[in-house]
Amino acid sequence: MQPIKRITAKTVVIASSDIDTDQIIPARFLTTTTREGLGKQLFADWRYHSDGSPQADFVLNRPEARGAEILVTGRNFGCGSSREHAPWALLDYGFRAVVSTEIADIFRGNSLMNGLLPIVVDEQTSQWLLQHPGALLEIDLESRRLTLPNGASTAFPIEPFARHCLLNGLDEFGYLRSKLNDIERFEAARG
Amino acid sequence: MPARTLFDKVWAAHEVVAETPDTPAVLYVDLHLAHEVTTPQAFSMLRSLGLRVRRPDRTLATMDHSTPTHTEQVFGSVPIKVDAAARQVRQLEQNAAEFGIELFGMRDARRGIVHIISPELGCTQPGMTIVCGDSHTSTHGAFGALAFGIGTTQVGHVFATQALLQRKPKSFAVNIEGQLSAGVSAKDLILSIIGKIGVSGGTGHVLEYRGSTIRSLSMEERMTVCNMSIEAGARAGMIGPDEVTFEYLNGKPRAPQGQAWDAAVAHWRTLATDSEARFDASVDIDAAAIEPMITYGTNPGMVLPIGSAIPDKKGDAVFDKAMRYMGFHGGEGMLGKPVNVVFIGSCTNGRLEDLQAAAQILKGRKVAPGVHLLIVPGSQQIKQQAEAAGLGEIFKAAGADWRESGCSMCLGMNGDTVAPGQYSISTSNRNFEGRQGKGARTLLVSPMTAAASAVTGRIADPRELL
Repeated sequence: MQPIKRITAKTVVIASSDIDTDQIIPARFLTTTTREGLGKQLFADWRYHSDGSPQADFVLNRPEARGAEILVTGRNFGCGSSREHAPWALLDYGFRAVVSTEIADIFRGNSLMNGLLPIVVDEQTSQWLLQHPGALLEIDLESRRLTLPNGASTAFPIEPFARHCLLNGLDEFGYLRSKLNDIERFEAARG
Repeated sequence: MPARTLFDKVWAAHEVVAETPDTPAVLYVDLHLAHEVTTPQAFSMLRSLGLRVRRPDRTLATMDHSTPTHTEQVFGSVPIKVDAAARQVRQLEQNAAEFGIELFGMRDARRGIVHIISPELGCTQPGMTIVCGDSHTSTHGAFGALAFGIGTTQVGHVFATQALLQRKPKSFAVNIEGQLSAGVSAKDLILSIIGKIGVSGGTGHVLEYRGSTIRSLSMEERMTVCNMSIEAGARAGMIGPDEVTFEYLNGKPRAPQGQAWDAAVAHWRTLATDSEARFDASVDIDAAAIEPMITYGTNPGMVLPIGSAIPDKKGDAVFDKAMRYMGFHGGEGMLGKPVNVVFIGSCTNGRLEDLQAAAQILKGRKVAPGVHLLIVPGSQQIKQQAEAAGLGEIFKAAGADWRESGCSMCLGMNGDTVAPGQYSISTSNRNFEGRQGKGARTLLVSPMTAAASAVTGRIADPRELL
C-alpha cells in the first residue's frame, strides 16, 4: 500500500444523512468476484436512469464534481451492510476521503484497511462543508487536522494503529501475522 | 474481579493479545461463517500470498445470497439465470474444495441462509466469537455469542490466522420488561427499539438485550431481535444464555454431546452479566406498550405503530426524500394502503416459528387478487419441517409462491426482485432505497402483519385477523 500523509483536494457534497451501503453500491452488483472496476457502479441508482443514461442533475454527473477527491456527506454515512465493495467503489471512482459527523462502524473499518480516509468532524465544520461544495481542503493525517480554505483547521479522531499503517504504507495483515505465535499459544492453552 | 457484562467475559476469553493505546487487540475467532458474495476476493488474497485457510475445522461455508429460490433452478436442470451469480456459486465450490472447507452446497439438505443454518446445526454456541462477511452475523448473539460482521479484507485475515485486529466496543443495555400483546412479535419489538434509539444509536456499542421480556422469548424470537442490532448501528447484540438456550441446543448435531455437554452447560452458566456490572449506555423499553410496527420511510428507524399516521416532518431533508421515494405524505395513515408484493423470509424472519405465525393467518384464506405472496424458508431443513407440519399445503392453498431457501427478495441479487414503484410488505431487515430492486418500495413488518396484508391486499393490522 502507498503511504498516505496528506490529501489536498476539492470536495463534492451529497448532503443526505444515513447514506447506506445499498446506495453506495446496490446489491445486484455484488455478484462480482474481483474488487476492481466498481467505480462505475458507485451510487448507481442515483447516477443513472434505468436505461443506463446519466441522471443529469445528480451531483457526480455535473462538471463541477470533476476532480473532486473528497466526499462530504450528511450524518451516519455507510450504514447497513458489511460489503467492502462500498469503499472499493468509492476508491475506484477516485475518492480518497469521506467527511461526515458520523461514519458507521463496519464501513469505517473497511475504509481504513483500503486507504480511504473516514474523517469525522464536528457539526459546525460539517455544516460549513455541506454549504461550500467544491472547497479545497487539506487533510493532514500526520497532524490529524483538516484545514478549510480560509485557514481554519480542526482536529479529527482516527484509530492510532490504522493511522500508523496508513502513514507508513503498511498492511494491518503484516502485524496480525506477526502474532501467529501468540495465536498458537492461545490455542494450545485452551486445549 | 470487578463485575463484568456478558460481552466483557466473552471478549476477555478471546483476547490473544490485549489492546494498547497504539494497537488493537488480537481477538480469536471460534467460528468463521463464509458465503459466496464476500469471500471470492479473500480467497484470491490467500492464493496470491501462497497461504492456506489456517483452521478449516472452524470454518463453515454455504451459499445463500445469490442463489435462486425456484425449485427447478436449485434441483432441476434450469440454470441460474444471472451469469455472474452462477459464476460466484461455482467459485465458492472451487474455493471450498481447494482450501478444504466444509461447504453446504446448492443441493445439500442442510443448505440455507448462513445465519439460520449455523444455529440449527448447533454450530452457534454460547460464549463463542463468531464472524462472517455479513452484517447480520449479529443474529448469533441470541446464544450469548459475540458475533459481528466483517469486510472481505478481514475475512482474509481470519482465513489466514483465525484471529482479527479489533478495538473493544462499548456496552449498551437494552432493558425490556413486560409482556408482548397478542399479535405483537419479536420483530415488532426490535423495530420499536430501533425507532427509539435510531439507526445510529448503537454505533460503537455492543447491545445486550435484557429483562423479563427477553427471558420469555424463544430462541427463534431472540434471533430475530439480535439480527437487527446492526440496523441500530450496533455491530453486535447479545442475550445471556439460559435454560431456553440450552434446551434449544441440546441434541443439535454439532452441539457438544454426553459429558462434554454437561461441561459446556456448566461453563455457559457462568457467562451471564454479573448483577453489579455497569454498562456504558442503556435504554428502557416497555414491551406491553408495543403494537404491530411498520416502516414508512427508507431506513428501519422510520417506523411507527401500524395504526398511526406518518409524522409530518416536511422540511426535513431525509424525511422529504424518503416520502418522495415511497410516494407517501406526512399525516397519512398506513392502514389500508395498497400492497403489490408480500415477502415472508430472510435471516430475520425465515424460521419455522415465523412460517407458523404466517400460516395461522393464511389458513383457510386466499391471497388477495393482484398480490404476489412469496414465502421463502430460511433453510432446506425449515422447508422440510414446514412441509411435515402441513404449512406448505396451507401456503399453496392460499395462493402463495412457496420456494426453496435463500436470502431471496431481502436483497435483489438472486433474481427475486420487486418492480420499480411497487409496494413490498416484507419481513426482511432493510427498507433502503433499491434494496429489493431498483425503485422498489419496501415496508418492514412482522410475519403476521405480512400475512394479514397479503390476504387483505392492503396494509392490515394482524390483530383483526387472529
